[in-house]
Amino acid sequence: MKKNNFLHKHQKTLAPLLSLVLIILITASVTPGFLSIRMVDGHLFGSLLDILHRATPTALVALGMAVVIGTRGIDLSVGAVIAISGAVTAVLTVNTDWPVWVVILCALGTGMLCGLWNGILVSVFNIQPIVATLILMVAGRGIAQMITEGQIVTFHSDVLDAIGNGYFLAFPIRVWIAIGMIALTVLVMRKTALGLFIEAVGANVRASRLVGIEARLLVLSAYVFSGLCAAMSGIILAADIRGADANNAGLWLELDAILAVVLAGASLAGGRIYLLLTIVGVLIIQTLTTAILTSGLPVQYNLVVKATIILAVLLVQSPKTRQWISDFFTKKKRAANSSTGKADTGKGSEKP
Amino acid sequence: MQALSVRPSLPWLGAFKRKAVLTTFSVLLPVLSASAMAADLTIGFSQIGSESGWRTSETQSIKAEAERRGYDLKFSDAQQKQENQIKAVRSFIAQGVDGILLAPVVETGWDQVLKEAQRAKIPVVLIDRGVAADPSLYLTKVASDFKEEGSLAASWLAAKTNGRCNIVELQGSVGSSAAIDRKTGFDAVIGNFPNMTITRSQSGSFTRAGGKEVMESFLKAEGGAKNICALFAHNDDMALGAILAMKEAGVKPTKDILVVSIDAVPDIFKAMADGEANATIELNPHLGGPAFDAILASQDGKKVDKWIKANGPLYLPDTAAAEYAKRK
Repeated sequence: MKKNNFLHKHQKTLAPLLSLVLIILITASVTPGFLSIRMVDGHLFGSLLDILHRATPTALVALGMAVVIGTRGIDLSVGAVIAISGAVTAVLTVNTDWPVWVVILCALGTGMLCGLWNGILVSVFNIQPIVATLILMVAGRGIAQMITEGQIVTFHSDVLDAIGNGYFLAFPIRVWIAIGMIALTVLVMRKTALGLFIEAVGANVRASRLVGIEARLLVLSAYVFSGLCAAMSGIILAADIRGADANNAGLWLELDAILAVVLAGASLAGGRIYLLLTIVGVLIIQTLTTAILTSGLPVQYNLVVKATIILAVLLVQSPKTRQWISDFFTKKKRAANSSTGKADTGKGSEKP
Repeated sequence: MQALSVRPSLPWLGAFKRKAVLTTFSVLLPVLSASAMAADLTIGFSQIGSESGWRTSETQSIKAEAERRGYDLKFSDAQQKQENQIKAVRSFIAQGVDGILLAPVVETGWDQVLKEAQRAKIPVVLIDRGVAADPSLYLTKVASDFKEEGSLAASWLAAKTNGRCNIVELQGSVGSSAAIDRKTGFDAVIGNFPNMTITRSQSGSFTRAGGKEVMESFLKAEGGAKNICALFAHNDDMALGAILAMKEAGVKPTKDILVVSIDAVPDIFKAMADGEANATIELNPHLGGPAFDAILASQDGKKVDKWIKANGPLYLPDTAAAEYAKRK
């Protein structure tokens, strides 16, 4: 009884988590050694570590995306911003003697500028977010190609190598960076009123303005934050392959990020931000990718298998399915109650 | 160039002989005639764009070859748009060039403009890609044979390992002709060696990041390098990503795992010089020579093959440092 109530109350949280665990378990049963983790050269080594390692760029982007979607917006330009910030990192590392932290600050600044551009289009000019960010999505990759002059610019820097592939306390440094960023965002969103304000703006702009919330500035800063997150992701992705690939870096990553936010149970209509569940969504997507790569599935089936599983997860989470499941359990309980002759207390028919 | 390409097409010009058209235009456009008369042949070249390093070197190579022969090359960059290429070809026809080189951005939709060129009796040579049109509409195609590239890689590997090797394969983008044909050619050769098998095969989408991620998962799934003898990557960029993945997993490329790939981009020569890659096969960008020769042959009334295969050589580490210096 008590357990059932817990399930009802946390169904929304449990669905993505259980999906993730289920996908990992199924993969482990298909691919032997998937769960094995051992120490190599003083750091952890295994497929599960690969998932964390590979998930960081998407996780950072999804973090920014979750906030933007919370304002009832969307940011399609993050993939392009990744390409731009990666290009800035590579070109500055190769062509200048600037210290690496200046290069990183420049790349982060470029990402924030891109976010500012999106934010101004959306909040000042009131252009629909999907259209406003589409502009940079298309143009951004061109800008990145201009910066790299169409070539893959390779570079060498010990600090960037460490960001891309280094380890600290047995875990990849980039995972620590992502954890730090997630913790910071959760702290700001949940321990200050900012998260509430952003959700209020997403739910109802006019009402939030009437209660005195500076909606325009909040929306603007959400896009700047998304640009910053994308730039961090871009630096990591460039550091990962020690080069800036303007054509392919972060290609279609915006869609993975949006999917992660949706898998977390957020609505694209805004008003809700689920940061930690979004990260679970990212892990679901990355686990699927890594699982497919290690499984030995023929390449032609990759995308179909991935899409089918994602669809299954989304279906399990849909409000209609949840309603059916809870109805099913209620009926069963009623039947059980009536057969033992007890009166229905009414608790069983409680809506989730 | 841009000004000329907006000139409307003049199909009736096809009724005249090429030289007659040239004279008509030399009266109308004295500037054009000056450049046309000075050159031996006037060739129009419609290039797709400059989306990759390879395409840039192809453009440079064709321009250099035209200059070496003293031809007047009219170059048009289509920026990845077929409509721009069609406009460019029509403007070449209107200018009455002696031949047209076309690197088609897509396979379909060329019939009409190819017919216009044929009516004007201007030979069209397709460069590095084919089109889905009646072969009688163009003179020839000058391009690499992806299957032969795959076969060459497999032959080298078979010789190197005495026909005994567990291979992991990094495929190109799923469904691309380069990926399909390179795989077909490779599989055909290793089929002759019962002890050569592909143990893992996945798509790395022709990118460095893709190659790295897939190689990481191969190394995990195979429990390190002990069961992998060689890596065959459908392009150099994926091989370069895979080399990073090997080094990070403590595996020594070329010593623990042989690395063979295709394209011959500059960075793979650096990797070979550093002892991290074994062999690469050039996707030949020097297509100008064979294309111009085909146009000359057709002017002399000789028969030209419909596909002139222009395959590049296999490069090994011994010349890598010199090649890298040349291509950087």
